[in-house]
Amino acid sequence: MAAYILKRLLALVPVLLGLTLIVFLIMAAIPGDPATAILGSYATPENVERLNQQLGLNRPLPEQYLLWLGNLLEGDFGRSYSLNRPVLDEVLERFSATLILAGSALILASIFGLLAGIVSAVGQFGWTDRIVTFFVLIGLSTPSFFLGLLLILVFAVNLGLLPASGMYAIYGGGDLPDLLRHLLLPAVTLAVVATGVIARLTRTAMLEVLRQDYIRTARAKGLSERRVVYLHAAKAALVAVVPVIGIQAGFVLGGAVYIETVFQWPGIGAMLVKAISTRDILLVQGGVLVVAASYVLFNLAADVAQSSLDPRLRR
Amino acid sequence: MRCAKHLFPMAAAAMMVLAYPSESAAQTPPNVLIVGQIAEPQSLDPHAVTAVNDFRILMNVYDGLVRYADGTLEVEPALAESWEVSEDGLTYRFELRDGVTFHDGAPLNAEAVKFNFDRMLDEEHPYHDTGPFPLSFFFSAIENVEAVDELTVEFTLSEPYAPFLSNLAYPTGLIVSPAAVEQHGEDFGRNPSGTGAYRFEEWASNQRVVVTRNEDYWGGAPELEAVVFRPITDANTRVAEMLSGGLDLMVEVPPDAMNDFRQADDFQVYEQAGPHLWFLILNMREGPFTEKAARQAVNYAIDKQTLVEDVLQGTADVASGPIAPAFAWAYNEELEPYPYDPERARQLLEEAGYEGDTVTFYVTEGGSGMLDPVAMGTAIQADLAEVGMNVEIETYEWNTFLDRVNPGLEGKADMAEMAWMTNDPDTLPFLTLRTEAFPESGGFNSGYYSNEEVDELLNQARASTDPEERAELYRQMQEIVYEDAPWAFIANWKQGAVTTAAVQNFGLQPSFFLMLHDVTKQ
Repeated sequence: MAAYILKRLLALVPVLLGLTLIVFLIMAAIPGDPATAILGSYATPENVERLNQQLGLNRPLPEQYLLWLGNLLEGDFGRSYSLNRPVLDEVLERFSATLILAGSALILASIFGLLAGIVSAVGQFGWTDRIVTFFVLIGLSTPSFFLGLLLILVFAVNLGLLPASGMYAIYGGGDLPDLLRHLLLPAVTLAVVATGVIARLTRTAMLEVLRQDYIRTARAKGLSERRVVYLHAAKAALVAVVPVIGIQAGFVLGGAVYIETVFQWPGIGAMLVKAISTRDILLVQGGVLVVAASYVLFNLAADVAQSSLDPRLRR
Repeated sequence: MRCAKHLFPMAAAAMMVLAYPSESAAQTPPNVLIVGQIAEPQSLDPHAVTAVNDFRILMNVYDGLVRYADGTLEVEPALAESWEVSEDGLTYRFELRDGVTFHDGAPLNAEAVKFNFDRMLDEEHPYHDTGPFPLSFFFSAIENVEAVDELTVEFTLSEPYAPFLSNLAYPTGLIVSPAAVEQHGEDFGRNPSGTGAYRFEEWASNQRVVVTRNEDYWGGAPELEAVVFRPITDANTRVAEMLSGGLDLMVEVPPDAMNDFRQADDFQVYEQAGPHLWFLILNMREGPFTEKAARQAVNYAIDKQTLVEDVLQGTADVASGPIAPAFAWAYNEELEPYPYDPERARQLLEEAGYEGDTVTFYVTEGGSGMLDPVAMGTAIQADLAEVGMNVEIETYEWNTFLDRVNPGLEGKADMAEMAWMTNDPDTLPFLTLRTEAFPESGGFNSGYYSNEEVDELLNQARASTDPEERAELYRQMQEIVYEDAPWAFIANWKQGAVTTAAVQNFGLQPSFFLMLHDVTKQ
């Protein structure tokens, strides 16, 4: 197992290296450069050149990339010109905000998705199944930014129960209850689609497992139905669902981009969008690197979890 | 199943606990003004930034030698109590206010002022590397800054440059504390220190910038205890936050929300036209717009009133010429906007010999000051089709758009959208309407307008030290440009802001800066 994890971690290096190269080339290929973005209407060739020189962007492209890579190996992610602060500080701060949001969304989605899937599989074609499936379909097909605005309208503007945006109260606050109050709406919004996906997959997996011989054996032994469903069947179904949760982790991270913008959550998605539009190449590189690495790590974690659930996969 | 049965009530209970307003969520603290704007600042170093969004904070933390008088774009004393300009317009001597200190305790003196400009302009200066300073060319005419004595500072220019004073009133001319720059180096932008009415308190990345009352402010301490600037990028969220009571003041209000706020009793709406012009550049080097009649035809054919009322929902006024009315002192009151007259346009097109050639029209998706460029482009296309002009739109993302337009329209397009916001009537025409400002010479005259008279008037105006004479030269220039119609003059943007009823003594400025010194909150 340890050797397997190590191998997967080593494979991460070329993936990330290739990724940064591609991102760098895309950023270099799209029209408009940082100096033009900063100067806007004042971007005369003369001003652009002067500013590029000050920003160190007048060097040839390969040199710029190698310079960045060299600094990176020394742990220096560079300095964001659009924020005037070290890239690493910004990326870590933003990424932890995203992790809090995406993590809670994923936990919510896993709990409710699994429960909904199991409940509807057990009562297949019954009224619980129909109701759950109905809501799951609605969840799957609601655009999340729209749902987000709707929730803000109801809970913040009309009812005044929860804050409309941000991560902490502007004055006072800063403690855990404050964070949770701000987290609730965006996390629910973000969790909705993933809940639907997980629910549907769990239902399918459960239906398959419930038809297996050993389930009949368990029932024949006289085990209670609850034991059969939650212990024997659900555990087996989980093997099929866990990798999906891993993939959903990626989608939740991606979906966080909209949600962060709608709720003004200070996460990395909103940061990347802004970094791209200001052509802040170092910030884009740093952000992409962290997001990509975490995506790969999530999938690895899901694989490891799956193989620990299913002894057949360990060989 | 029991598990599920217990979980839902538990979640519901948790939700109720969280949702229960422990301290009312929707209330801003007393005597603290919470401002919602579109983004967090790039930096709080006034010499390093270019965005109005950042200026809104900076103008309250720093002062310049001079500033715009309340409600105008005319220069009045600030850190400098008085100044003298030499006959030849080359020397400016400022007498500084006595007893002013920076927030960090260092005194404001002539040496500090010299430090500010040397840092921006002199590549050998030990703190030049704390930049970059993208707008330092505002001061490129400065040859030398000398501290004559403790409170007298003298600027020598390489050529007469009349916009110098209004550039000093711009945020790029704000005075920072040399001691703080020396202490924080490239992190000065996050640890700012000036002389302004509010002192910097805290910058929590992506959450808020807090400034507090400067008790020792030379202009009298403000009444507000503190101001918090919150970045809320999404316009709908910003409106929701305002409605739910999380903000006292919001800027950059979406047009449709403006109307809602106008009808609500608990809110006060403010509007102010600014030094902004939205126009179409017409390519005078080739194609139909080499003919003056065809250019005037475009001006007659576009229904500008409908554009500002329907597309822009009243957030702009119809423009009449190359200088915005906000520059009241230099604006030519006699110019009336080209009226909407499709009949006259058709006639002029015929005169110009236009035979239905395709006109390529560059439209941008967005960009600073561009308002609603796609909708406006489409409406203009329809108006021109009405008079028989066959317009084809090409749409580009803002940076790409600038990359195509700034080098000149030759060989690419006949017409392009553009907008500028400036601080002096000189800036826009000088950079975009002179023969010497053709793109090949490094200017922004992307439509290749050339008129010797205009060149001469603009050069004279720039060299003149008499404001009255300058104003007269600009008025003449506007008349000629109006008649030559190198652009289609469309709109002047009005800035909008909303406050709660509790906010008093607030007013928007034509400069689009946010001045909060006198504001109170009941």
